[in-house]
Amino acid sequence: MSTGEQLNGGQIVMRALADQKVEHVFGYPGGAVLPIYDEIVQQDIVKHILVRHEQGAGHAAEGYARSTGKPGVVLVTSGPGATNMVTALADAMMDSIPLVCLTGQVPTALIGNDAFQECDTIGITRQCTKHNWLVRDVNDLARIIHEAFYVATSGRPGPVVVDIPKDVQFATGTYEGPRNIRHNTYRPKMKGDIASIRQAVDMLAEAKRPVFYTGGGVINSGPEASHLLRELVSVTGHPITSTLMGLGAFPASGKEWLGMLGMHGTYEANMAMYECDLMVCIGARFDDRITGRVDAFSPNSKKIHIDIDPSSINKNIMVDLPIVGDIAHVLEDFLRIWRDRSCMPDKKASKAWWSEIDAWRGRDCLKYKPNDDIIMPQYAIQRLYEKCKGKDTYITTEVGQHQMWAAQFFGFEEPNHWMTSGGLGTMGYGLPAAIGAQMAHRDALVVDIAGDASILMNMQELSTAVQHKLPVKVFILNNQYMGMVRQWQQLLHGNRLSETYMESLPDFVKLAEAYGGHGIRVEKPGDLDEAIEEMIAVDKPVLFDCRVANLANCFPMIPSGEPHNKMILGADVSDEEVGSAISEKGKVLV
Amino acid sequence: MSDQEEQVESHTFSVLVDNEPGVLARVIGLFSARGYNIDSLTVSETEHERHVSRISIVSSATPQVLEQIRAQLDRLVPVHMVRDLSTTERPLERELALIKVAGVGDARVEALRLSDAFRATVIDATVDHFVFEITGRSSKVNQFVALMMPLGLVEVARTGIAALSRGKSGIFDE
Repeated sequence: MSTGEQLNGGQIVMRALADQKVEHVFGYPGGAVLPIYDEIVQQDIVKHILVRHEQGAGHAAEGYARSTGKPGVVLVTSGPGATNMVTALADAMMDSIPLVCLTGQVPTALIGNDAFQECDTIGITRQCTKHNWLVRDVNDLARIIHEAFYVATSGRPGPVVVDIPKDVQFATGTYEGPRNIRHNTYRPKMKGDIASIRQAVDMLAEAKRPVFYTGGGVINSGPEASHLLRELVSVTGHPITSTLMGLGAFPASGKEWLGMLGMHGTYEANMAMYECDLMVCIGARFDDRITGRVDAFSPNSKKIHIDIDPSSINKNIMVDLPIVGDIAHVLEDFLRIWRDRSCMPDKKASKAWWSEIDAWRGRDCLKYKPNDDIIMPQYAIQRLYEKCKGKDTYITTEVGQHQMWAAQFFGFEEPNHWMTSGGLGTMGYGLPAAIGAQMAHRDALVVDIAGDASILMNMQELSTAVQHKLPVKVFILNNQYMGMVRQWQQLLHGNRLSETYMESLPDFVKLAEAYGGHGIRVEKPGDLDEAIEEMIAVDKPVLFDCRVANLANCFPMIPSGEPHNKMILGADVSDEEVGSAISEKGKVLV
Repeated sequence: MSDQEEQVESHTFSVLVDNEPGVLARVIGLFSARGYNIDSLTVSETEHERHVSRISIVSSATPQVLEQIRAQLDRLVPVHMVRDLSTTERPLERELALIKVAGVGDARVEALRLSDAFRATVIDATVDHFVFEITGRSSKVNQFVALMMPLGLVEVARTGIAALSRGKSGIFDE
């Protein structure tokens, strides 16, 4: 058949990774992947980063992928190695992050026998991967790995798993290179339908109160998509907002920028969504954190939805004009047609629309009560942002109040500089993701904005950072609560705080030192700037224990079950208002 | 928007898939994970050379969800093609059932007489039982089973629906 080179399974894996231009693999060895690890140690093309827990490898690979636009690669063993990866796979699935996860499996003869460290990896990961493969024949191994990279990175990206039994790793077979990989059934559509794009141009040219609602799809499409998006906004002058996942595609300093939208988005972004007459959704998916109450979502607008995944169209919100295609391709055609026709936005209408938006902006929805004695968490993020300005900064987060404050108060100017767990909301994502981002950008400043609860979920990865000399900074907004859960208990459950107080927190300074990192603690607003400067200057992993106001809550907020125009703003809200903000019907929503 | 008030419709999908291990589990897993109904599901390899199987699925949902089902199926990597056969006209649908009826005397005679009227065939018999084979639309099978109930129905095995579009064009022609 083929005259390809004869190699054993372990060699095929390493050769395929090298041919896929993989530079870094995050992993953890074990019995069922020993032949692959034996090859790792005998080559120096692919660098292996040893983590402390497989979930950490998964999130590190996600941070790596998100910050580079390249696929993240993970190698773990069978059984618990694979099951520990499940959270990271589900996370990558929800946020469309390209991951290639190689798992060891017990030898083919033992599959189904409840062998030691056996689990049905393919069955378990089927619903949280874009696709997965069990390799039964070493001669299929190279082809499947190349196919796996293709599936993970093309179309709407996502995680894939290749499960490799140990006997296949030992067996000798034919290696084939990445050429000629053409999939029979899977061919994502890149170009949008031109007639529909023309119609979209007409709709935008006629719109009086349009808004661009953009998401992670813009980032996934690549830097060109962000570039074209900026051009689109600049030629039209229309307002733009983004989901959590899309931050950075459009610069936060841009005058058309309304800030993030959704449950903890800005008042002006949500009001613009509610009051617009044309919504242009670009690479976002009308998630429930964005829409609020679906039957009162932007009631008077026409909606255009550009997305590479046809199943995202009309899933939650019915749209008037769907365009299926890659964002960069569609925006390129859109701008060409817009220019060919010498389209101009309606200046008069635009002026009126902007004056309305400026009035909403005037509410200053992110305002909070400053405090001279206690560090307000919002203030801490603002100071961090100021100190990071001008540096090549990558921000990751955990999940909770700190994540929302980071999204609200840290300004992102470029795509791929913001890594957060949006869809799945995985506490413990941020530290390993920061490690992945730092691995890809050795000289950059990488900061994990964390909470005291989340950080403890993957604390062990600090050891990974120390081992690989990755000077990630963990900026912990320590309020000694699971703040977001507590906030919901206040809103929904009569302020009965159930299991949300973090008693017996470790001494983060000592903990950092125990791992071989550097610890800093700050309790006074006046000491913050100097401490942040110290954190940035230290060439080591840092745990920064920022003691913040314990009971601060995250506003503005659309209470669950309410539409965009029913936001609670922060600074002037009373406890009673907070307590009665969510209706009985809203309480059952997550 | 009046999504909730939209009528639930029953649609038949034809899905061409690579006949690889686990492909049926992917399809079924998709339905259970997203809470879609499966009213009937059949699968068999239909093109041996090309290693292609055809899955026929009957599902009932609102039009918006039916469109989601189509798009979600299409998103699965080993799926070649998905067609909603019920969008234009009623597709051809047939089902086969095996029906065991035990009894003697008048009931036995009546069962045999009815089987003749329904063009069912006897594929196994003793002096006190019959096994009938019947093919047809599901409604016909339902009706026959209902008639057998008082005549000594023991058990039923049904294949689920196999479906094709009407007219000369095939699934690849559209």
